[in-house]
Amino acid sequence: MIPISHYLILSAVMFTIGCAGVLTRRNAIIIFMCIELMLNSVNLTFVAFSAYLGDSAGQIIVFFVMAVAAAEAAVGLAIVLALFRNKKSVDINDVNILKW
Amino acid sequence: MTFETILFYVLALAGIVSALLVITRRNPMHAALFLIVNFVALAGIYLTLHAQFVAITQVLVYAGAIMVLVLFVIMLLNLQNEQDLFEKRSWRSYSGPILSLLLLALLLRTVAFVSGGSFDRISPESERIGTVANIGQQLFTAFVFPFEMASLLLLAAMVGAVILAKKRFP
Repeated sequence: MIPISHYLILSAVMFTIGCAGVLTRRNAIIIFMCIELMLNSVNLTFVAFSAYLGDSAGQIIVFFVMAVAAAEAAVGLAIVLALFRNKKSVDINDVNILKW
Repeated sequence: MTFETILFYVLALAGIVSALLVITRRNPMHAALFLIVNFVALAGIYLTLHAQFVAITQVLVYAGAIMVLVLFVIMLLNLQNEQDLFEKRSWRSYSGPILSLLLLALLLRTVAFVSGGSFDRISPESERIGTVANIGQQLFTAFVFPFEMASLLLLAAMVGAVILAKKRFP
């Protein structure tokens, strides 16, 4: 049998990769995809604990995380579209009007 | 080594490699396609945990709906200057990976605490709790209020997306 730590290590590695993507890339759409990657790795942790502890609450929470991710995808991509319409670019360094 | 164990390690490797490709490809279209590979690999890993409902939802919602939306936006924007967006080196491209490695060390230190007891093997209950019947029964009894709130959230997101993406921004 696979111990739970292998699932948790996989999840940690994927979360770190997503985090590195958010910190290094400057394309808003790629950053958006990296956030999806991080959400997914956390889902894996929830499902792993749910299966090992025999408790269905973890899988229900994954369902809600997916609902939030879908809402975030719709609104986030609409913001990227509005941004591109105004700035003609998806480089996040061009989006600094709120920067002091 | 059982078939399940081999399947887990193969899918884990596929997941990590495709995740690395997502953050290193210059073309956002290639990154999106590798992200789909990553989602499908994760769906397979959910199946090794007997979570059928989550695996199906992963393919339908993530690899289906969300990635279609992302690909649609990438094609709609038709980015040509992505090349020099990636070329410019700055302090971000060095500090980002270093900070992420520190985060990984922290996470792995936390994982080291989780072992023994019921954490060595999958609970025999897991084959029952992962089914669509059980998840649906739980959603409509114990979790009915959060479930209804999720529908409100999706409605609000839908209205917000339509307003934001409209041609004339108010």
